[in-house]
Amino acid sequence: MLIKIAKPSDLHESDVTPESIYLSRRRFMGGMAGLGAGLALSGHVRANEDYSDVPEGDAPAWLKEKISETEWRAITPSNPDKDKIAPFDDASGYNNFFEFGTDKRDPARHAGSLQTEPWSVVVDGEVNNGGRFALEDFAKPSQFEERIYRLRCVEAWSMVIPWLGIPLADIIKRADPTSKAKYVRFETLVDPEQMRGQRSSFSVIDWPYVEGLRLDEAMHPLTILAMGMYGRELPNQNGAPLRLVVPWKYGFKSIKSIVRISLVEEQPVNSWQEIAANEYGFYANVNPEVDHPRWSQATERRLPNTLFNPNTIDTLMFNGYADEVAELYAGMDLKENY
Amino acid sequence: MASPRIWLAWRVGVFLAALAPLLFWSWQVAINAAGPEPGNYLLLNIGIGALWMLLLTLSLTPLTKLTRWKGFALIRRQLGLWTLAYATLHMLCYALFILGLNWALLGSEIVKRPYIIVGMIALIGLAVLGATSNRWAMKRLGKRWKPLHKFSYVILALVLLHFFWVVRADMQEWAMYAAIAALIMSTRLPPVARTLPKLRYRFSR
Repeated sequence: MLIKIAKPSDLHESDVTPESIYLSRRRFMGGMAGLGAGLALSGHVRANEDYSDVPEGDAPAWLKEKISETEWRAITPSNPDKDKIAPFDDASGYNNFFEFGTDKRDPARHAGSLQTEPWSVVVDGEVNNGGRFALEDFAKPSQFEERIYRLRCVEAWSMVIPWLGIPLADIIKRADPTSKAKYVRFETLVDPEQMRGQRSSFSVIDWPYVEGLRLDEAMHPLTILAMGMYGRELPNQNGAPLRLVVPWKYGFKSIKSIVRISLVEEQPVNSWQEIAANEYGFYANVNPEVDHPRWSQATERRLPNTLFNPNTIDTLMFNGYADEVAELYAGMDLKENY
Repeated sequence: MASPRIWLAWRVGVFLAALAPLLFWSWQVAINAAGPEPGNYLLLNIGIGALWMLLLTLSLTPLTKLTRWKGFALIRRQLGLWTLAYATLHMLCYALFILGLNWALLGSEIVKRPYIIVGMIALIGLAVLGATSNRWAMKRLGKRWKPLHKFSYVILALVLLHFFWVVRADMQEWAMYAAIAALIMSTRLPPVARTLPKLRYRFSR
């Protein structure tokens, strides 16, 4: 296997690719497209078996085709015994998506009203190749990859989720940013008719939900735009049809149901920072040493758990992706820039 | 009018009704219908349940004034003790299911988190009121019993503050409980309190 050639010291019994050697592996595979295709084929069979109990979605034909061509298991946890994939029902039935309510079961209850087809995304700001793109045209030029990532919520729980998506870097390169572009700003759909949470007059969020990344964070190979999970398209409640996934940051950075991606010069003010700047920063990197003012971030409850086993584990710096991303923040005071 | 037997049935009925939510939530957990984080499910539901019990307890006096029905006064102590029971279970859920009985963590959390401090003060307050809810304590305290138990008003404020600090995204639910609490407390304002029996008189005519 390729991985063995790349870095034998990181080998495991299973054929997963440890995240720590992902970058070197990508470089190696770049020159060996034929072998890569062979891997994808063998991976595909296994992926379908793994998701046999996942309810089939209702994806448009183009998306089904893209998913069938996925490079399965492109990134997997380095310790699969510890980082077990959460059951689909938990990942799709228990999450935050405040556009659909504040209870963690509200998104699954109420997101059925969201129309995800047709969907278009505006790319604008400091780019040479901006415009409004049909999701299909937006996604088609890129290879889908399966990325099994830990998702750490700022509320101190976490799940392991297998995403299907494309590197955000692909999209940004295609948009051709100008020299002024320093940050990427994302916006979620605003449509109170479809999103009942946006009808609440007591919401503290000033819609649309906004998130942002520094350009180098957005270009990082771990950062993806997901269109699927568990071998199928995204369920509405998980941010269909297009969401961000930034695995080393708290979950709220991974904005859902994106309609606009802007390359900008100034650092965007993300929604949670606007609501409570003392609690949520722009960076929001997972950091066990910087507590949320109202609770500790030193540990997390890995879900699903049971009553008498809260499954509390130590939270890792950058959610365990420090080897890959720590250099992005070299010399920065992370207590200051939380 | 009503025989002692009916009053006993009323009290037992209230007891079972107050117990029912706890049984229902436990049942949901037992059949795996409480989601991937059953401890958190119990914690939040029992917490809201405790607030319900407190609001119900505090609504009994104005209801008695309004209706003069003896039944409300008969369940006041019981509901007060249910409030204490729910609040205690809420705290136990936190210690057991969220902290996993990591006492060191509990210690540091209590000191660092204002909403936990406020919740603990409210719980201690409820425990004091619970401990003085028997005839012996009432006799010992005499005239001081009533002012002591008016501390429940302060506890209500603390509980709402505790709740307020936990909310992340939408104040609607909190605002609803705060409005109900304000309504119940407004019946204690002397002019309103004086009006309640008159209202009853008007209704009865």
